[in-house]
Amino acid sequence: MSILTTEDRASRNTVIWRMVAGLAVAAVFLVPYAVMFIGSLKTRSEILAVPPNYLPQDGAQWSNYLTMWDTPETPVAYNLISTIVISLCATLLVLLVATPAAYYTARFKFPGKMAFMFLVIVTQMLQPAVLTTGLFKQMLAMNLYDTWLAMILINAAFNLAFAVWIMHSFFASVPKEVEEAAQIDGAGKLRVLFKVSLPLVWPGIVTAVIFTFVACWNEFAASLVILSTAENQPLSVALTKFVGQYSTAWQYVFGVSIVAIIPVIALFMIIEKRLIGGLTAGAVK
Amino acid sequence: MSVTTTQKRASKRKSAQEGGSFLASLPWIGPALLLILAIVVFPAGYMIYNSTRKISQVGTDLKGVGFDNFAKVFADPNLPRILLNTVIWVVVVVSLTVVISLALAQFLNKPFPGRTLVRMAVIVPWAASVVMTTTVFYYAMDPNYGIFNKFLVDIGVLEEGFGFTKNAVPAMAVAIVIAVFVSIPFTTYTILAGLQAVPGETLEAARMDGAGRWRTYISVILPQLRGAVAVAVLINIINVFNNLPILKIITGSIPGYSADTLMTYIFKILQFDRRLDISSALSVVNFVIVLVIVAIYVKTVKPMKEV
Repeated sequence: MSILTTEDRASRNTVIWRMVAGLAVAAVFLVPYAVMFIGSLKTRSEILAVPPNYLPQDGAQWSNYLTMWDTPETPVAYNLISTIVISLCATLLVLLVATPAAYYTARFKFPGKMAFMFLVIVTQMLQPAVLTTGLFKQMLAMNLYDTWLAMILINAAFNLAFAVWIMHSFFASVPKEVEEAAQIDGAGKLRVLFKVSLPLVWPGIVTAVIFTFVACWNEFAASLVILSTAENQPLSVALTKFVGQYSTAWQYVFGVSIVAIIPVIALFMIIEKRLIGGLTAGAVK
Repeated sequence: MSVTTTQKRASKRKSAQEGGSFLASLPWIGPALLLILAIVVFPAGYMIYNSTRKISQVGTDLKGVGFDNFAKVFADPNLPRILLNTVIWVVVVVSLTVVISLALAQFLNKPFPGRTLVRMAVIVPWAASVVMTTTVFYYAMDPNYGIFNKFLVDIGVLEEGFGFTKNAVPAMAVAIVIAVFVSIPFTTYTILAGLQAVPGETLEAARMDGAGRWRTYISVILPQLRGAVAVAVLINIINVFNNLPILKIITGSIPGYSADTLMTYIFKILQFDRRLDISSALSVVNFVIVLVIVAIYVKTVKPMKEV
């Protein structure tokens, strides 16, 4: 009896200790974004006050979230639409292009396979930031300069590598026998892919989608060079418009940041469990 | 577990069938190949081409100069300092990230009420763009109106606000903290995923043998995490090496090149000196360095056996 209660108390203490530690960890990771959020509720003069106040003294300026859509610096509503369109289309394009490549390289041997996989890894090492000059010249030549399509193609091309990697290892882990059974039934390669393999590698697809979407959503360097019209630019570029040489509208920088972060966090919340499953099969072999 | 892994490996080896010719693979890999060739190859080739040209500051291509630009790059008196900064930047950021993420993943793998919420909090820096996170740090570190500085003064650590982002060494330290902060979520989740694959029976057996917690971790858990850590390190090396926004925002206003890595140096040469030829040569050097590091890493650590 006494042993039992001691054990109970010990485990309860452990749980409490873990909860305290958990709270501390959560605080560390959320503090910068709390600063961001509180800053977005301050007036322009208060946010530059010396010394600063932790909390808004003139009351929370929720109106910042209304006025930020209509400023001389940048059309935020258009920027949000640009970000959504570019990220969704680029993610879709990556899926369409990476899935068959990942499937085929995981399933079949063919001459040039190693060269192809090497090319894919090399694109992972080349960041658009280093190549902006060439991208700029190329998009001018292709008549795509300052278009969404240009950024959809660029985002898709530079994020293809990771999607192929992840999905390749997922397809590789599906036993061949599962597919053979379907092949015996007379199904073609494409039918086997859609009916048998795709449902099995679902967590891998989710992981690839998240990675691609987040990377596209936050892309900055190439958008800065390729998109010149304010209405076409994504939120990441629009933010910099509030940073002036003499004075910065920090409250809008932070308000727009919060608006940009929320959809991605929502996406993560939906797939949190799948993400851990997804990274397992992708990373651990 | 080891049995199922072996089975998986065996079936995987069998499953790689003869697919036939390169032509037969084109309907499958063709779209990916086309996208890479159309979008990545031209700018990469253009960068290499420009590195062998002499280009005026307004962008006029004057003439081919062979390897002259590279000679200039290697004779650049700033280069040793910048290479040293780059090495410090990559090594410190990646090792701190991995050590902290290993501990954090171990903790987040234990059951306690509210664990899902803590995991969600850890994911936030991944969801936020690096530019946004760095911007809020930059604002909060300001010696006059920065909240972090005020906090440090209020709790008595500092006498008065300190210009963290005004001098090379503290600014570099701040940049390293931010880089670790934004790299932890992905790394922790990858390791957390790896922990799911550590079989309970193995841990049980180790405990029965009387192995302490630390012993169990070093000799049982860590080897199982090898794959997850290897992939996380590889992706972190590439990302940290090529990171521009953190250092550009935090150390960008510091005069000179004492807080620059190769990436920010390339950017400064292009933006302020308007030397497309020199910056292209530097970019080629940068790319070759990443390529060599990744090649050595892949060769020795073998993070992805399938590829």
